[in-house]
Amino acid sequence: MPSKKALRAASVNRTRLLTVGAVLTVVGLALAIFGWSTPSLLLGGKAVLFLAGVALLFQGVNRLLQGVLGRRVDLTLWLCVGWLVAIVLAAILAPYLPLGEQNDVAKTLLEPSYTTPALLTEHPLGTNNQGLDLLARSIYGARTSLMISLLAVAVGTVVGGTIGVIAGYFRKGVDSVVGIFTNALLAVPPLILLIALSTFLDPSIRNMSLALALLTIPSMIRLARANTITFAQREFVMAARLMGATRMRVMARELVPNVILPVFSMAVVMISALIVAEASLSFLGLGIQQPDPTWGNMIAEGEGGIMEDHPHIVLVPGAFLFLTVFAFNLLGEKAQARWDTRSAKL
Amino acid sequence: MRKVALRIGELAGVLFIVSFGVFLMLSLMPGDPAVAILGEGHPPQEYADLRQELGLNDPLLQRYWDWLSGAVTGDFGTSLVPPQSDVLDRIGGALPVSLQLAVMGLAIALVLAIPLAMWSAARAGGTVDRLIGASMFGILSVPSFLAGLLLILIFSNGLGWFPRAQWVRLSDSIGGNLHHALLPAVVIALMELALFTRVLRNDLIVTLNEDFILAARAKGMPPWRVMVTDALRPSSFSLVTLMGISLGRLIGSTVIVEYLFALPGMGSMIVNAANQGDYPMVQGAVLVIALVYVAVNAGIDFSYGYLDPRTRRVDA
Repeated sequence: MPSKKALRAASVNRTRLLTVGAVLTVVGLALAIFGWSTPSLLLGGKAVLFLAGVALLFQGVNRLLQGVLGRRVDLTLWLCVGWLVAIVLAAILAPYLPLGEQNDVAKTLLEPSYTTPALLTEHPLGTNNQGLDLLARSIYGARTSLMISLLAVAVGTVVGGTIGVIAGYFRKGVDSVVGIFTNALLAVPPLILLIALSTFLDPSIRNMSLALALLTIPSMIRLARANTITFAQREFVMAARLMGATRMRVMARELVPNVILPVFSMAVVMISALIVAEASLSFLGLGIQQPDPTWGNMIAEGEGGIMEDHPHIVLVPGAFLFLTVFAFNLLGEKAQARWDTRSAKL
Repeated sequence: MRKVALRIGELAGVLFIVSFGVFLMLSLMPGDPAVAILGEGHPPQEYADLRQELGLNDPLLQRYWDWLSGAVTGDFGTSLVPPQSDVLDRIGGALPVSLQLAVMGLAIALVLAIPLAMWSAARAGGTVDRLIGASMFGILSVPSFLAGLLLILIFSNGLGWFPRAQWVRLSDSIGGNLHHALLPAVVIALMELALFTRVLRNDLIVTLNEDFILAARAKGMPPWRVMVTDALRPSSFSLVTLMGISLGRLIGSTVIVEYLFALPGMGSMIVNAANQGDYPMVQGAVLVIALVYVAVNAGIDFSYGYLDPRTRRVDA
């Protein structure tokens, strides 16, 4: 039983949390709306006000939640999960959503170009130089980016993980051959390898995924191999072998289930790196080509003096890219802290 | 000494495979180089002669051997796109720009990361620490081309402090060169800064719990002195490893920054060559970059012995 004093302290604390939280929430919300909607301020001033408002809002809601629920909530984590769920759903359902036109210029001849973002209008996030709707393009861009990165991670994890487990279990000759090839793949910086690949591959979704998968394979092999070597020395593997399990069975039933957790958390971290790589390549004009939107080629539209007059051309897809990468980074970090304590340190 | 020789042999093997991979990849490229050089609309005989002259009709392995033996002696062939200049000359002109940018970026990152990490570690768990941690995590999620565009928007267009899209050679004017290189270098530095700060902070916190730090404090040394003279060196181990790991990303962001600011370095050269299908250029540039990359990584491996005497005698 907690003493009366502790209970009272807790309730005082709770009242304080709620008051401070409410004040912060209101002030933050006001600042954010003011920063977003005031037309007269300079862009920099608006951005600073808006960001300060969001920061206060975050602190406020965090305290309110803590006060109401009586325990600390990892609000950032839940916001990230929420964003990812929303963006994935939107990307999957994109063809069925009531969105503006995303890539057919012929249909937007009458639409205004370069409208600035204004919520509650026909184009909530504005339009580009050809009157294409930026919200629709960002969501279709998410569709492409996520499809490419997830495919690439899936292929890379399966191929790299399998090779890694085999190399780590058999050691000797297999291990050295695999080692040389991993080192050779790692000897070319990732972006350079992608650029070299892009000179002869058609920039289709399938080719992009395969090229990106090639980037993930060496690190996956290394991780899976290192973990396999550690686990292969444990008693349960010895026990399985003494009971007459074949090598296939030892790998499939004893090693893979243990190696899969660190490999999985690495995969989550890699998703964000691949999203960035895909966006960089598209930005350089070597990835998915216009008029099909990806975040990278949308941001590239702002180049050549356009961004200076119409910053939203860069800021809208940039915000989508940032939020998604941030969310995957955070999830990856949590996953590694939980399932792969060794890699989490670096 | 034997270990060193072994390592060098391994590196040579890796480079050999890389060169073959690069060569193979670009030989699979669609499109006829003869058409790329001459342009459309010449009589077929001219194309055939040029193909013969370029050695494109030889078997693959022989072409590889010709290219590699040329490359070892510094002859990477000539660019396919006019002006058809010597690949090595172009690389020689571009490499210093990229190296300067990368080194400046790395230096800026280190100069900022070390004090930030110390400040964070000294007040671990406090407001400053959490604020620094959160902003570094945020920076990690901004791809370098986005960061570059935002900084251009703020500093070149908003405030007008830095010029955009020009390059002054270091030999022409040192001040002008630094003025033009600073903003690109900052963009390159951002990502590394975030990583370095996070890793160094974590290592510093571990080191600060060790007995010899307690001893130094007990002797009455001021906290900053303990931090700088006693804690920093033993904590810099992961930082050096990390510099090796992040080198690939550093090269990647240099490529992007050069493209973004239109600077005449390796990055913009390789992107343009890739866009134009100029394969001798891409081959040469990729090989040189791989060479630099592998060499620097090997250098970092050897530097462990200097930083941490415990690793000196251990035989791998």
